[in-house]
Amino acid sequence: MIGIEHYVVVSSILFVLGVLGIFLNRKNIIVILMAIELILLAVNINLVAFSSFLGDLTGQIFAMFVLTVAAGEAAVGLAILVIYFRGRGSIAVDDVNRMKG
Amino acid sequence: MDWSQSLRLIAPEETLSVAGLVLLLIAAWGGDKSSRLISILAVAALAAASFLVAPALCGGAMGPDTSAFFGQFRADAFASYAKILIYISAAASLVIAPKFFDRFDAMRAEYPVLVVFAALGMGIMVSAGDLLTLYIGLEMNSLAAYVLAAFLRTDDRSAESGLKYFVLGSLASGILLFGMSLTYGFTGTTSFSGINSALSSGLSHGALFGIVFMLAGLAFKISAVPFHMWTPDVYEGAPTPVTTFFATAPKVAALGLTMRVMLDAFGDQAAAWQQIVIFISLASIVVGALGAIGQTNIKRLMAYSSINNVGFMLIGLAVATPQGASAMLVYLAIYVAMSLGGFVAILMLKDENGNFVEDIPMLAGLSRTRPALALGLAMIMFSLAGIPPLFGFWGKFVVFQSAVQANMIALAAIGIAASVIGAFYYLKVVKIMYFDEPADVVKGENDIWHKIILVASVVFISPLGYLLTKWLGGLADAAAAALYFSL
Repeated sequence: MIGIEHYVVVSSILFVLGVLGIFLNRKNIIVILMAIELILLAVNINLVAFSSFLGDLTGQIFAMFVLTVAAGEAAVGLAILVIYFRGRGSIAVDDVNRMKG
Repeated sequence: MDWSQSLRLIAPEETLSVAGLVLLLIAAWGGDKSSRLISILAVAALAAASFLVAPALCGGAMGPDTSAFFGQFRADAFASYAKILIYISAAASLVIAPKFFDRFDAMRAEYPVLVVFAALGMGIMVSAGDLLTLYIGLEMNSLAAYVLAAFLRTDDRSAESGLKYFVLGSLASGILLFGMSLTYGFTGTTSFSGINSALSSGLSHGALFGIVFMLAGLAFKISAVPFHMWTPDVYEGAPTPVTTFFATAPKVAALGLTMRVMLDAFGDQAAAWQQIVIFISLASIVVGALGAIGQTNIKRLMAYSSINNVGFMLIGLAVATPQGASAMLVYLAIYVAMSLGGFVAILMLKDENGNFVEDIPMLAGLSRTRPALALGLAMIMFSLAGIPPLFGFWGKFVVFQSAVQANMIALAAIGIAASVIGAFYYLKVVKIMYFDEPADVVKGENDIWHKIILVASVVFISPLGYLLTKWLGGLADAAAAALYFSL
C-alpha cells in the first residue's frame, strides 16, 4: 500500500536533487532552469498528495497556480538568459563572474 | 462578507492592475516615445492607490471588516502602512529613472509598467491572509523584479545581475513553496488563521519543517544572512534607479510578509522560530558590517548596509511582541527614507562627461567640489550608522527598546556592540569625502527631481525628523495592533 509518506519522501528527494542541481552544476545555466522546474514539480507532488490525503481541494488548486506561475517564470528566465548570451556569448556557469566580492 | 464589500477593500489593487494594463497598451501603441507620459501616469496611479489605502491606516482598520474574499486578503492598518511605503518608493524610483536611462538611450516604455506591476504584487504580499495569496503576490513582484534587474540590456553587468537574481530568487520561491506545501499538509489548510488554530493543539515535526523552509525562503527575499549572497551582485549590477527600488519597496514588502506569516500564522509557535530569527538577525548585523569594510563600489557598500539594517529590523521580529512589530515598522519607514536618499545621492555622482561614478575613492574631497551633495551623503551615512542627532538613531533605539522590554537584554547588547562595527565603514566614506585630497571627478549637472528627493529624504532623517516620532509611532502602533488583532 502506497501511503502519504511515500509521496512525501519522493517529493523531498526531488526537491533535494533540484537544490543540488543548482549548486553543484558547473556547466550550463539551462541545467539550472531545469533544476528550478524540478523543485517546483516536487512541491506540486507534495500539494497534490496532501490534497488527496486530506480530502481537501485547496492543494490541487494551489498546484494549478504553481504550474501557471512556473510557466511564467520559465519564460522570464529564458528571456533574461537570451539577453545575457547576446552580451557575453556564453552560458557556462563559471563565466558568470563579472561581479565578485 | 459579500463580494461588493470585498471588491471595495481591494480598490488600491484594482486601481494599480487596471492602470498597469492600460499603460501596457499605451506602451504597445506609443512605443518608447511615450515613456515620459507613461511614467507620469504611473506615478499618478501610485498616488491614487496611496490615497485609497490612507483611510485604513489613519483609522487603524482591523478585524473582520478588513478581510476580503473569505480571509484571502486583508486590507488592515498593517497592510496600509506597508503599502504607503511601497508606493512612495515605487513612485520615487519612477521619478529618478528617466535621467539615468536617457544617458544610455535606454528609457523604455516598459519600465514604469513593470514598476507598477511589481508594486501591485508587493501590495498583495503584505495583504495576504492565505498562503495562495502570498505566493501569487510574491511571484507577481519577483517576475517584474527579475526583468527590471536586467533592464539595461547593453550592459553585461545588468544582464548578469538579472540572471543571478532570477536563479536565486526562483530557488527562494521554491524553498518557500516547499515549506508552504508541508505546512498545508500538516495543518490541512492554507489560510493563516486556519493554520494558527490548527497548530494551537501542538506543533508536529512536519509543520516545524514547514516553518523552517518558509523562514529560509523569506530570508532570501529580505536578503538576511545566510541567504544574502545575491544582494551585493544584484545591487551593483542593476541600473541605479532599479537598485533604489530593490533596496526600498521589496524590502518593505518581504519584511511585512515575514511579519504577517510569523506573527499571524505561526504566532502561537513563537518559541519554535524565535531562535532562528535571533540567529538570522545577529548574523545579518555582523556579516553586513564586516562585508562592507573592504568594498570599493558604493552600490555594493549600500547592499551590505541593507543586509546590516535588515538584521536590526529582525530584532523587532525576534522579540515577537506588538512593541517589537511596531518598532520594526518605525525602523522600516526611516530605512526607506535613508535608502532613497542614499541611492539618489549615488545617482547624482557623475563625472564631467556625465558617466556615473560608483568608486568610493573617486569621491575623495567631494566636500570641496560639491559641498551640498557631500553634506547630504554624509548625513545619510551618519543616519545609517545610527549616530544620535539624526533620525536613523531613533529607528535603532525603538528596536533595542522593544528587545529590552521583552527581557532580551543579551540580544540588544550584542546588537548595539555590532552597530559600532558598522559605524566604521559609514564613517570611512565620510572621511574620504571630507578629509582626502580632492580627486575632482564628480562634476556633472543634476536633474531637479534628484535634488528634490535628496532634499526631502535628508530633511526627514535630519533631527527635524524627531518632530514626527509621535505621529509615526502612533501609525506603527495601530498597524502592529491590526497585525495582532487577527490572531
